[in-house]
Amino acid sequence: MSNSALPIQQGLYDPRQERDACGVGFVAHIKGKPSHDMVRQGLQILENLTHRGAVGADPLAGDGAGILLQIPDAFFRAQCAAQGIVLPPAGSYGVGMLFLSRDATNRAASEQILAEHIAAEGQQLLGWRDVPVDRAGLGESVRKAEPVIRQVFVARGENCADVDAFERKLFVIRKTVQHAVRRLPGDRGLYVASLSARTIVYKGMLLANQVGKYYLDLQDKSVASALALVHQRFSTNTFPTWIRAHPFRMIAHNGEINTVRGNVNWMAARHAAMSSKVFGADLDKLWPLIVEGQSDSACFDNALELLVTGGYSLPHAMMMLIPEAWAGNPLMDEERRAFYEYHAALMEPWDGPAAVAFTDGRMIGATLDRNGLRPARYLITDDDVVLMASEMGVLDIPQHKIVKKWRLQPGKMFLIDMQAGRIVEDEELKSRLAMAKPYRQWIEQSRYFLGDLPEVAGRPPLNATLLDAQQAFGYSQEDIKFILAPMVNAGEEAIGSMGADAALPVLSNKNRSFYDYFQQLFAQVTNPPIDPIREEIVMSLASFIGPKPNLFGIDETNLPLRLEVHQPVLSNDDIAKLRNIDQLTRGRYRSLVLDMTYPVAQGAAGCEDTVQALCAAADKAVADGYNVLILSDRAISAQRVAIPALAACSKVHHHLVRAGSRTSTGLVVDTGSAHEVHHFALLAGYGAEAVCPWLAYETIAAMSLPVKVDAKQAKKRFIKAINKGLMKVMSKMGISTYQSYCGAQIFEAIGLNAEFVDRYFTGTATQIEGIGLHEVVEEAVRTHLNAFGNDPVLANALEAGGEYAWRVRGEEHLWTPDSIAKLQNATRTNNAATFREYARLINEQSQKLKTLRGLFEIRPAGAPVPLEEVEPAREIVRRFATGAMSLGSISTEAHTTLAIAMNRIGGKSNTGEGGEDAARFKPLKGGEMLSDIIGKSRIASDRELKAGDSLRSRIKQVASGRFGVTAEYLSSADQIQIKMAQGAKPGEGGQLPGHKVTEYIAKLRFSVPGVGLISPPPHHDIYSIEDLAQLIHDLKNANPSASVSVKLVSEVGVGTVAAGVAKTKADHIVISGFDGGTGASPISSIKHAGTPWELGLAEAQQTLVLNQLRGRVALQVDGQLKTGRDVLIGALLGADEFGFATAPLVVEGCIMMRKCHLNTCPVGVATQDPELRKKFTGQPEHVVNFFFFIAEEVRELMAQLGFRKFDDLIGRSDLLAVKRGIAHWKAQGLDFSRIFHQPNMPASVARRHAEQQDHELEKALDNILIAQAQDALNDRKPVVIESAIRNVNRTVGTMLSHEVAKRYGQMGLPTDTIVVKFSGTAGQSFGAFLAHGISFELRGEGNDYVGKGLCGGRIAIVLPADSKLAAHENIIVGNTVLYGATSGECYFSGVAGERFAVRNSGAVAVVEGVGDHGCEYMTGGMVIVLGQTGRNFAAGMSGGVAYVLDEDGGFEKRCNLAMVELEPVPEEVAALEKGEVAPDSHGRVHFNHLNKADEHVLREFIRNHWQHTGSARARDILDHWPQYLPKFVKVMPTEYRRALQEIAAQQKEAA
Amino acid sequence: MGRPTGFIEFQRQSEACLPVAERLKNYREFTLHLTDEQASVQGARCMDCGIPFCTSGCPVNNIIPDWNDLVYRGNWREALAVLHSTNNFPDFTGRICPAPCEAACTLNINDDAVGIKSIEHAIIDKGWEQGWVVAQPPAAKTGKKVAVVGSGPAGLAAAQQLARAGHDVTVFEKNDRIGGLLRYGIPDFKFEKSHIDRRVAQMQAEGVMFRTGVLIGKDSDIGVTSFASETIAPETLLTEFDAVILSGGAETPRDLPVPGRELDGVYYALELLIPQNREVAGDGKNPISASGKHVIVIGGGDTGSDCVGTSNRHGALSVTQIEVMPRPPEQEDRSLVWPNWPLKLRTSSSHDEGCSRDWAITTKEFIGSNGKIEKLRAVRVEWKGGRMNEIAGSEFELKADLVLLAMGFTNPLQQVLDAFGVEKDARGNAKADTENYRTSKDKVFAAGDMRRGQSLVVWAIREGRQCARAVDEYLMGSSVLPR
Repeated sequence: MSNSALPIQQGLYDPRQERDACGVGFVAHIKGKPSHDMVRQGLQILENLTHRGAVGADPLAGDGAGILLQIPDAFFRAQCAAQGIVLPPAGSYGVGMLFLSRDATNRAASEQILAEHIAAEGQQLLGWRDVPVDRAGLGESVRKAEPVIRQVFVARGENCADVDAFERKLFVIRKTVQHAVRRLPGDRGLYVASLSARTIVYKGMLLANQVGKYYLDLQDKSVASALALVHQRFSTNTFPTWIRAHPFRMIAHNGEINTVRGNVNWMAARHAAMSSKVFGADLDKLWPLIVEGQSDSACFDNALELLVTGGYSLPHAMMMLIPEAWAGNPLMDEERRAFYEYHAALMEPWDGPAAVAFTDGRMIGATLDRNGLRPARYLITDDDVVLMASEMGVLDIPQHKIVKKWRLQPGKMFLIDMQAGRIVEDEELKSRLAMAKPYRQWIEQSRYFLGDLPEVAGRPPLNATLLDAQQAFGYSQEDIKFILAPMVNAGEEAIGSMGADAALPVLSNKNRSFYDYFQQLFAQVTNPPIDPIREEIVMSLASFIGPKPNLFGIDETNLPLRLEVHQPVLSNDDIAKLRNIDQLTRGRYRSLVLDMTYPVAQGAAGCEDTVQALCAAADKAVADGYNVLILSDRAISAQRVAIPALAACSKVHHHLVRAGSRTSTGLVVDTGSAHEVHHFALLAGYGAEAVCPWLAYETIAAMSLPVKVDAKQAKKRFIKAINKGLMKVMSKMGISTYQSYCGAQIFEAIGLNAEFVDRYFTGTATQIEGIGLHEVVEEAVRTHLNAFGNDPVLANALEAGGEYAWRVRGEEHLWTPDSIAKLQNATRTNNAATFREYARLINEQSQKLKTLRGLFEIRPAGAPVPLEEVEPAREIVRRFATGAMSLGSISTEAHTTLAIAMNRIGGKSNTGEGGEDAARFKPLKGGEMLSDIIGKSRIASDRELKAGDSLRSRIKQVASGRFGVTAEYLSSADQIQIKMAQGAKPGEGGQLPGHKVTEYIAKLRFSVPGVGLISPPPHHDIYSIEDLAQLIHDLKNANPSASVSVKLVSEVGVGTVAAGVAKTKADHIVISGFDGGTGASPISSIKHAGTPWELGLAEAQQTLVLNQLRGRVALQVDGQLKTGRDVLIGALLGADEFGFATAPLVVEGCIMMRKCHLNTCPVGVATQDPELRKKFTGQPEHVVNFFFFIAEEVRELMAQLGFRKFDDLIGRSDLLAVKRGIAHWKAQGLDFSRIFHQPNMPASVARRHAEQQDHELEKALDNILIAQAQDALNDRKPVVIESAIRNVNRTVGTMLSHEVAKRYGQMGLPTDTIVVKFSGTAGQSFGAFLAHGISFELRGEGNDYVGKGLCGGRIAIVLPADSKLAAHENIIVGNTVLYGATSGECYFSGVAGERFAVRNSGAVAVVEGVGDHGCEYMTGGMVIVLGQTGRNFAAGMSGGVAYVLDEDGGFEKRCNLAMVELEPVPEEVAALEKGEVAPDSHGRVHFNHLNKADEHVLREFIRNHWQHTGSARARDILDHWPQYLPKFVKVMPTEYRRALQEIAAQQKEAA
Repeated sequence: MGRPTGFIEFQRQSEACLPVAERLKNYREFTLHLTDEQASVQGARCMDCGIPFCTSGCPVNNIIPDWNDLVYRGNWREALAVLHSTNNFPDFTGRICPAPCEAACTLNINDDAVGIKSIEHAIIDKGWEQGWVVAQPPAAKTGKKVAVVGSGPAGLAAAQQLARAGHDVTVFEKNDRIGGLLRYGIPDFKFEKSHIDRRVAQMQAEGVMFRTGVLIGKDSDIGVTSFASETIAPETLLTEFDAVILSGGAETPRDLPVPGRELDGVYYALELLIPQNREVAGDGKNPISASGKHVIVIGGGDTGSDCVGTSNRHGALSVTQIEVMPRPPEQEDRSLVWPNWPLKLRTSSSHDEGCSRDWAITTKEFIGSNGKIEKLRAVRVEWKGGRMNEIAGSEFELKADLVLLAMGFTNPLQQVLDAFGVEKDARGNAKADTENYRTSKDKVFAAGDMRRGQSLVVWAIREGRQCARAVDEYLMGSSVLPR
């Protein structure tokens, strides 16, 4: 419709990819007393959440905001009366809020339809009202899209007995009207923002502070409501879309539904199986229940509305849609678990990070996703007002009126029942619902566990030899060696390194597995990935096989059956049971095997008919009452070829979804093709409830197994490895349950044509066309014929493979013996001719296609120009950067060589995520040896430095691990790069194994040598796009002169993400190809996640230009860039800058061993072994030569093409075309027109980096602090500053710390040189990167990210003097406090939110309670918790110490004991007294004063806590020390203890 | 790669040799293959590189990392299968290949290369010992007939591949035993000829016909050693066979036309080596003897080495080897040369047996009396920009009773090429590419020295295999033979 002005799909831009995130809040009166004050406060909240939204190219155009209220009866009554409309009593009429077309004819048509449907449903149209608006403040672009806004009044008809029935009717009317309008041609022009007898929504494409001004109604004092639900949107685009604003009819949502594709499909799939007593025949009118093209939040709203109108209570429905993590939770009571388990069969979770505020007008509440990934804080006043918001401080409420401050906890719900006039806490609410029905009993009566059923006789025999079968399913030697062997040996997926440089499947001359044509999608920026290892508590692989119960069948007497598996990888025994399920369940289940094979004699042409027959057979089976369908290719033989199982599975799944019968049957795949994680993920993603990889089992049984492992154990390990891998694949998109992953289609296709994808994989993105079903099957047929043919190479052995390592008969690679040798030779001898030979090997792919760009042809823009007129190479090389390779992944020698080289040419090197030695920041005189700077013992291969050289990396990376990220580190940057994702393993974390953590690396990362370090998959301070905006703001404050860069990985939708990132005010965006190198990554991630950069870069360029945001950001591309031609194509597709990683490493000596993860790099590049590092021979000169060769190649090409200035190349994708005469049979169908597309925008819209972002640093409170701290900054004179603070004062103290770090480095100022006393509610990131010598005292409260990256400063937060709250029972700081802190102290007199002290590596904190995931990934420092912790405490904690006051003795259950041990404190104290333990045995936690016994440390810091905060809790503990001491538990990481003991022993030896 | 750190833990171990005094007594091989344990340790040194440069350094692209690993794990039989999958005759290459794979080995960048050749040697010897090397006759015959002209390694490899593909293959050899230069050019102390004999037996079992003493051509006087008793005209061959592969060796030696060349005692290397191989085989006494003589070998290559070794076994008084090129460096600059074949000083086992060597010398004149050589006059040279200049006043004389010319071979037998009338390249080789190995003449293919000029045995095997695939494709339309 006209007010949804998203551009149409064009080029690589697809409006379906649009995302949003936001700030959300509500205020409500517990007793349900309506007042205009509520409305006013709601609008006030909105204004104070403004920083959580964004503005686009037009500063007056917000992303959308709105407010949901109860129907203000008095107001409408008066308004209508004035128009002559008489309203019936409240509750007997409904109000519709309509966005209508500005075209009068269209508008009339819409209104006509609405009127007809109201009448048709037996209700009475009372009249219309024009909603008065003031559009004075609207931006130009918004005004253009502004709809005509009218209200419609509908009286309750006689067919509605009560308000619930009336609401249901209004819902039916809204649905049917919208379906009718959608069927109209052209501009449809009707959107119903709300239609209800209870609530009304005022929203629009507005800035947060515009809502109250725009809608004049809201200013009317007679507009009264007992609740106001508000929402401020942050979208990834700048297009005026009125309807995407929240709130929707029932919810406002902050977060993202990652599984929405699957959820929407499953909803459609239920159609036939659904019936409802309350809806009756009306139910059918609702379909399609969820229409395509809506945002995920709108889809969710649709589902919620259905459940609620269908008879579920609002909280019940919310628990079904966003269940808690119940599967593995020992803390949950049985009844509640049974409730969730029961409902799991009815509805798969709508999975993703979410804070959802919901209301039906009578109740208002909020719930949080199972992992607590969005913030939601609330407070209650003594006059019955509840305020809930993404952050605190959004309303000025006198402290003495507040009776409770708390937060929504993961999976928890919070509900205000305004009719009952009270708050219903999570516990009460859920236990009431859980006890309402005998769920446990129901489950026990109706459930089968497949594993528990008795075993039945084996499998049908195989009609082929093992080798033939393996070959027929495309097994290569590498599948055994690289895929299966590691799984069987270790129960883990294999690790690889150095990226992917092999030919894309669609360009390959090999017959590739069909699975290879799909790439996994992953979370970046708008939602966080999950850590499936450390946060396993939220993950579940449980799957239901078989029909799903009627969604509305809750009161049915016939209990729906459930057939469950704990995980979806079935054994041969399991599949035998399923085949015989009829007899095992006495006919309650009936299974049918559908054969996926057909006569090979029919060739590829035979496939389509076979698939059609499969679908027909599935239909018939469902009609005949079979409720488990098994798609099997077990019947493969020399004569019968298997259809690719993925195609068959997806086709049958979609066919049944469309038929509305998918939930009437289970779908299981029994295939020889599945043997790696990616295969299982794909089958699941396209609908398989379980998969039996029969050939993998037979292969494993025939493999040479490690000693002491029998075939049965080997299969178990394989299943375990696949399970782990599946969790990783799911979690990289932020999906936590298999049930919601199933059918969620989290993939994109590369090289498949749209026609085929639409038919078989409906809804999956495919951007460059490619092969269709015929070619896909042709590959399968060829593979089959080879397998059963007489090829002597295959007579006794599998295909070589050659995808993971170069093989002479294997897949083609870019890096070959020849190309590496030539590149090394050229750069070492500075021989341009040899470089040309190298470049030719890479660039010319006419015979051996490998990359998309290999197929591109570049057309000249004009006549050639003389080479000497082309921009000189020394200018071009400034656009080059080396990749983010940490000192840790590569050796000090290799790392510094790159830095020297890049500094010599004026390019940029990148620290990678491991921090950087401050000694490298200093300018060099020349003549020094490298070891003089770094340290003699730390350099194995020394070099002399030249005058003017610098070892400083100009790009400082900030990754999820935050290793070594200090104020000083950030201050030394020219650019700060936030690594959102890494090409080789997007959506995943990493691990530096202990043996690579040398003394030097430990020092740089503030950790202990020998203890492994974990990089979490997500940045724990970025769970959505507004979080990224906050981090960018933090980093900009940490170094105002540095640009901030955000590194993304190419996938479909990356353009949309990039536009969002540009709106978060990033200065620079990197688009990485999927193929980039890595030190270590699961090999399925190297191959199967992300896309080539040609796609991502082009999409980013197009989307940014469309949004008029391109000029604000510099765009860099990386991913297997190797030649000047690569650079040129990158520029034409829109890149300003270029990143190189693998190629410079090759220049330094890398020979693509792909053994980085083993620490055995024989050329000293990617190893920490000093003996091997001695072999490092790379020279900065060689790297310099390389970049100049590249630049010269670029210049030559520019001259040929008629360009003088590099700038003129950028974005000229119109010069690209497809090479003619490519004879490759699979490449024929490729269509790059979407890559080459240029958005049709005015010439004034920038196509390259040309403007600057406005970071608004001048508004920062720090400017005042800095002015007042001049004496301290310049002369180290102590100063004391007092200041009020509000939530809009974000990142306070960071710019001040930058001033300190700039002058005094990491050491900072003496303690308490700058003391600042604040009062009020601090905005996010209070005291981020606070430097040593600065002390913050805050009376009030903090929000999220207090003390982020703390490096030496001290923060104390305490309740205001007039507060009546008990500090230890109330929340004082938000989530993710102290994330990545490296040193300093914190004292919080109150409870902290989730993820307290994550990745702390040296700070000390005392707090009176923490939420879930406390001390996660901590590597150093100390945390003292004087109260309760949440679940999963100390997950991944490899260093530091925590002391927890465990008063109820339940801490052990809440602690993740995988890496830590719990010790009672008193025993150690006693041991110390007896002299059994040396006083310093607890380690050297980077604080000398910690060389004391536990008791002394504890007591000292609790005393500090009391001194800094006056904590009553601390006082009480100190006063009753002997009683409390035994209740403290010490949390000690096991590896940490081992390492400390080793260090102590070494020191002793040395002494 | 069973052992990621093997290359750090273990040193390279070369194959053991019998002591010089002992081995000079006879013409038997004196290199002892590694024991199983030694081979396993050497296999553990392989790093299973992401890019195995050895594989591409090896002309037959041996899948070296795989069999290294299999040997490390003691899985010899599979190692043999992998080895045979790229190389028909590892028993030949495991003995006499200069091992360019080892030059390309990644460890050779900054350490000692993996002993690839020694492992290959161990694998194939074990294969024969265990009886694992057996005939692989084709399951079905095609009825197509192929003639292979020349029974050196190229011809044998081509013949074996084609026979296994089901074709009727006949190998023609002008001499009275099979093997070509492999048999007659290489002394037994480096390569005992029984290795060829058992391969011939294997191939006969696979259906290959061997016809010795048959010269293919028009003229029986061909300028090199020939024991042909029968001459068949090319036309006959072309009528009787569906395809013909020319796979003769480069046997035409390069001459040194200086004054005195005609003197008795100045011989081409092959004039010593061929009769010596025949003598060892029991076919009659070598007319040339170095016994009690001062021997000068001119030419610093492998053939020169063979002359040195043979002369010492004859009981020469002294052996001196001179070379026109300057003395190469002991150690190449690997950072600039790797993974390519380096130019460096190579000391062969024959040199160890007693020989003085000198470089940058050109021979001016052979001087003798009574038609017999007594000494040669030589002069030192220097090389600048690829040009050689004699150094004034540096002339000197060397005593010489026997002079052996080992300066390489110019080109393959022109007579055969001319008889078939195939087009030649500038160097006198048959003109054919390495995609389809076809000469300008229909049905006629060329491989090995015949196509590429003098080269290594391993190159000959490669060409033979690839040519076989090309012929199979030509005959059948498609081929499953690996290249």
